[in-house]
Amino acid sequence: MIVDKHGSPLSSVDNLKPDTRHGMILYVEDVSVSFDGFKALNDLNLYIGDGELRCLIGANGAGKTTLMDVITGKTRPDKGKVDFGQQIDLLTLDESEIARAGIGRKFQKPTVFEALSVFENIELSLSGDKGIWSALFHKLSGEQQDKIDEVLQTIGLTVEQHYPAGRLSHGQKQWLEIGMLLAAEPRLLLVDEPVAGMTAQETERTAELLISLAGKHSVVVVEHDMAFVRSIARKVTVLHQGTVLAEGSMDEIQANKDVREVYLGEEQA
Amino acid sequence: MLRLFPLLLFFVMSFNASAAVSETQQSALPALVEQLPNTKLNKMASLIEQIAATSTPQVSDILQPLMDGDLYYLKADKRVVSVFKNQQKQYELMDVLTAEVLPAVGKSAIKKVRTNNRLRSQIRDLLANLDLTSTDADTRITALKQLLDNPNQTGLTAVNKLIKSEKDDDARELMSVILLVDQLETGSTSEKLSAAKQLSDRLEPTVKNALVKELDRISVDSASTSSTSTDTESSSVEVQSAETKELKTVLTNAISSIEQQASVFSLAENLFFGLSLGSVLLLAAIGLAITFGVMGVINMAHGEMMMLGAYTTYVIQQTFPHLIEYSLLMAVPAAFLVSGFVGVLIERGVIRFLKGRPLETLLATFGISLILQQLVRSVFSPLNRQVEAPQWMSGSLEINPILSLTYNRLYIILFSLMVFFSLLMILKNSSLGLHVRAVSQNRDMARALSVKSSWVDAITFGLGSGIAGVAGVALSQLTNVGPNLGQAYIIDSFLVVVFGGVGNLWGTLVAAMTMGTFNKILEPSMGPVLANIIVLVSLVLFIQKRPKGLFPQKGRSAE
Amino acid sequence: MNTLLNSPSVKNITKKMSSLHFVIAILFVSTLYVSVCNLMFAEGSLLHVSDYTVSLLGKYLCYALLALAVDLVWGYCGILSLGHGAFFALGGYAMGMYLMRQIGDRGVYGNPELPDFMVFLNWTELPWYWAGSDNALVMILLVFAGPGLLAFIFGTLAFRSRVSGVYLSIMTQAMTYALLLSFFRNEMGFGGNNGLTDFKEIFGFSLQSPNTKLALFVATAVMLAIGYAISHFIVNSKMGRVVTAIRDSEDRVRFVGYKPQHYKVWIFVVSAMLAGVAGALYVPQVGIINPGEFSPLNSIEIVIWVAIGGRGTLYGALVGAIVVSYAKTRFTAIMPEAWLFGLGGLFVLVTLLLPKGLAGLVTNLMDKIDPPATEKKPSSSDKNDSDKNDFNKSKSDDATLAAENK
Repeated sequence: MIVDKHGSPLSSVDNLKPDTRHGMILYVEDVSVSFDGFKALNDLNLYIGDGELRCLIGANGAGKTTLMDVITGKTRPDKGKVDFGQQIDLLTLDESEIARAGIGRKFQKPTVFEALSVFENIELSLSGDKGIWSALFHKLSGEQQDKIDEVLQTIGLTVEQHYPAGRLSHGQKQWLEIGMLLAAEPRLLLVDEPVAGMTAQETERTAELLISLAGKHSVVVVEHDMAFVRSIARKVTVLHQGTVLAEGSMDEIQANKDVREVYLGEEQA
Repeated sequence: MLRLFPLLLFFVMSFNASAAVSETQQSALPALVEQLPNTKLNKMASLIEQIAATSTPQVSDILQPLMDGDLYYLKADKRVVSVFKNQQKQYELMDVLTAEVLPAVGKSAIKKVRTNNRLRSQIRDLLANLDLTSTDADTRITALKQLLDNPNQTGLTAVNKLIKSEKDDDARELMSVILLVDQLETGSTSEKLSAAKQLSDRLEPTVKNALVKELDRISVDSASTSSTSTDTESSSVEVQSAETKELKTVLTNAISSIEQQASVFSLAENLFFGLSLGSVLLLAAIGLAITFGVMGVINMAHGEMMMLGAYTTYVIQQTFPHLIEYSLLMAVPAAFLVSGFVGVLIERGVIRFLKGRPLETLLATFGISLILQQLVRSVFSPLNRQVEAPQWMSGSLEINPILSLTYNRLYIILFSLMVFFSLLMILKNSSLGLHVRAVSQNRDMARALSVKSSWVDAITFGLGSGIAGVAGVALSQLTNVGPNLGQAYIIDSFLVVVFGGVGNLWGTLVAAMTMGTFNKILEPSMGPVLANIIVLVSLVLFIQKRPKGLFPQKGRSAE
Repeated sequence: MNTLLNSPSVKNITKKMSSLHFVIAILFVSTLYVSVCNLMFAEGSLLHVSDYTVSLLGKYLCYALLALAVDLVWGYCGILSLGHGAFFALGGYAMGMYLMRQIGDRGVYGNPELPDFMVFLNWTELPWYWAGSDNALVMILLVFAGPGLLAFIFGTLAFRSRVSGVYLSIMTQAMTYALLLSFFRNEMGFGGNNGLTDFKEIFGFSLQSPNTKLALFVATAVMLAIGYAISHFIVNSKMGRVVTAIRDSEDRVRFVGYKPQHYKVWIFVVSAMLAGVAGALYVPQVGIINPGEFSPLNSIEIVIWVAIGGRGTLYGALVGAIVVSYAKTRFTAIMPEAWLFGLGGLFVLVTLLLPKGLAGLVTNLMDKIDPPATEKKPSSSDKNDSDKNDFNKSKSDDATLAAENK
């Protein structure tokens, strides 16, 4: 058996690091998904670069959430290939393995563990052994304690750390969920409508946070709020009826005739 | 229609038969009856024979009481009467010839006409054969069946005579079978051969027994001949043995062909039982399918709604004891209303406060089921109540000697399908159905479109419960009506709903029928309990394989 | 009562002690009290505790352990098992087999090897699964392995394919129902309808003797304390937090990188074993185990103990089991007719009015008397909307409940 320097077998998912020597972290190729004859994704191709911040836009039913589902293992595609780095085939892994391989996901509706405290929410999300026996005899190390404090600082919930998460406001829950992602130290973050229901001030802070994350992590943001997209996006991908309609900078997208017709056109009308 | 046919036949036959009894026989009877009190026992046999030979309608009125020891004569005038001992220990009399009822008398005024066992068995045969000439085709067929099972010489002679004039096809067929069986037992080898060939498609158990017996006899014979065989074998023995050999193969073939057919029909019978069990499950499950499909709520008191329906039937029969024939027709709407009303009450009183908490709803409705059970126990007693079956539900449709379908099961299959399709129509075509479907697919959206979802919930729950009540009416015809009636069905019916796929009525239909048939097909080989266990376990495994059932609702909204 | 709780010294003590110490202390004191009163005071004395009462209390403690097991999976992990009676009964049968073999040749048929019912069925030898059943160690192993294995197989199948919510509840009910039917069969080799009974002795001590009964009671109390300590350890470890997180949002747990199915199976198995131990302790104290223990009604009664006591709190389960069982004993003696009305009514009322059970009621009362000081006061930014916070709290309680029911 091949083992790494800590003696753990290399084949274990936890030790698989995505191979990004070609500069790409995510390869989605020819993916199709259909529900009862309705094609949610149709031969979709998408490549995300390592450390990139990408925005996904598209009308309702364009396939954004389904795409997220496919990447995180919630939905199995009818056909196609989804690779994490060059060597990890995501289609062979389940949700928890994908998460441990380094893909974090924030849901559209904030989902946190309401009965647990903010601190405990972050603690559970820390990267590390997620097995039963380690959970049973787990003791928080100083290192982990520091990491949690750091995350709490980043998301501005240090004061509320002992509150049950269920008592947080909607915006705070959004932040907590992002904090949980950060604690897991993922290589790729999938963020579904992060600013829905946030105040202007909170939105601004979220934008700053996401921009600061890019580089160290790759980030894919799905968002309806065009102003928000404009404020963070370097590269935007437009989905339409399950395929990529256009890809490019915000300005390019806005100039694109097809996009104006099917998406922006509607918005301006 | 099927039931009317024999009736028609009866009228036709009665005209023929009444003409057939001749005047002379008619007049001979009184003289013969007059002799009864004075005849010695050893002369009785021939006298009884003569009485039977008159073939008048009164014959059975005389011979039946004679056999039962109820035939007396008045000491005063030697009039022969049949007696009936009433509760005041007096004897009520009826003249056997004129059917005139005479004033009751004490024991001392009458004397029994004597018989013995030998005579009694003679009378039994005679009476049986008497029916062979009955004017009613059904009676004749019953008599023929009896004769087939217990053959006797007089009967066979009679059949031999009657077969030419018999007009009823079924009766004639049966007659020929009787003769063939006799031929198989007593005829020459070649006669046996032809009899065996002709009998190979008969399903009567007696025929098979006769064939098997004959086969055994031949095997024993051939074994004994072979053991005693010497070099003095003549050619005739060889011919005989060749014939016997052929008979042996014909017999073996006939038996196996009968067995094959019998197994097909017993499979058909199991299938029928399975479908009827499936219908019961369907009736029990569709109400649940609606409440669970639309409201996502498990109503653990669903079984008790069925119980209420069954008790409604009981109460109606108690209230209108003279209308048993119509009681079920009255009970169906009544049970629907009673259970439906209780259902609405439960929804308004408890369930609506537990929206979005299905596990709590499960517990609360379980509590309600306990209360309802105890209520019934307190009101009606914990013992099972007797619900009577109307005449038209009893009896069975005989397809052939080994396959007969009981009417109550047949009606329940029809009834469950009727309920199923009318429910389907309601959901498809009525505005209630539209609202129900809207709420079940997307509650929030429906509410946004100003569908009153709370109203829809109450009505849906009432509808589901009402159907359970109707199911209870059907169940009252199949099982005991007691406080635990419903409990037996709640697990099964929930499994049916999940097996079929929640929110899919067609799935419920397929699932119920599959489960019922599977159960009944397993039953003969492993007994009802083990069959039940196996069905349960395989369903649990199936649901774990496909948590959304046979026909899942697909799409994003199904999550 | 309230004044007592309010007195500062008591409050200080209660604050320092966790519920674990508290429960174990109460258990210890009451066990000691019952034992002493049973042994030291003669019959007729005011302080005497009769042998009957000892057995009855022993039975209640078994129920309490069983309730604890259900609370672990339902209160903490959100798995509403309507089949825990099956694990209880399996543990009971494991003990029953051992006790059966201890009868030896004192049975009606005097067969030294075979239990009476097997002789009655004309069996000539023990079925293979009875092998070693006369060995106490094998019995103890079986008490854990029987329920554990069933829970493992069932749990693996169910949780791997993500059967949850009401589906799972009904599956568990179907499971215990299937076992009920199976154990009714004579061919199963567990005494069919009559079950296993007429036990004579356990570990060489006569079951009729009052001392054995008292010892069994004490043993039950000790096992309950151990069970409680184990459960307490589990729910306060990270394991407990993962499990609670699964209850609130299984999907999220999965996307954080845990495999919820493993955790669920694990906790289900542990819970089943606790239930099995409860069953094993129950059987020698009541003297019989029969298929009736598998009946779905039994399992659902356990759930109502937990619901009434307050799920999600370990001591609540204990209180619920003991209170309801006591009420049942009293009610069925006074007016048996009314018990099912009472039980049914309890189901409805508790789910409607007391979603957090007696424990929740107590917490609410304590909060009213003395608002929680353990939680950090809202910071400056939150101070101005502390009213809103209270409102949020009640809302979040509802949300928690709703999440549990998903």
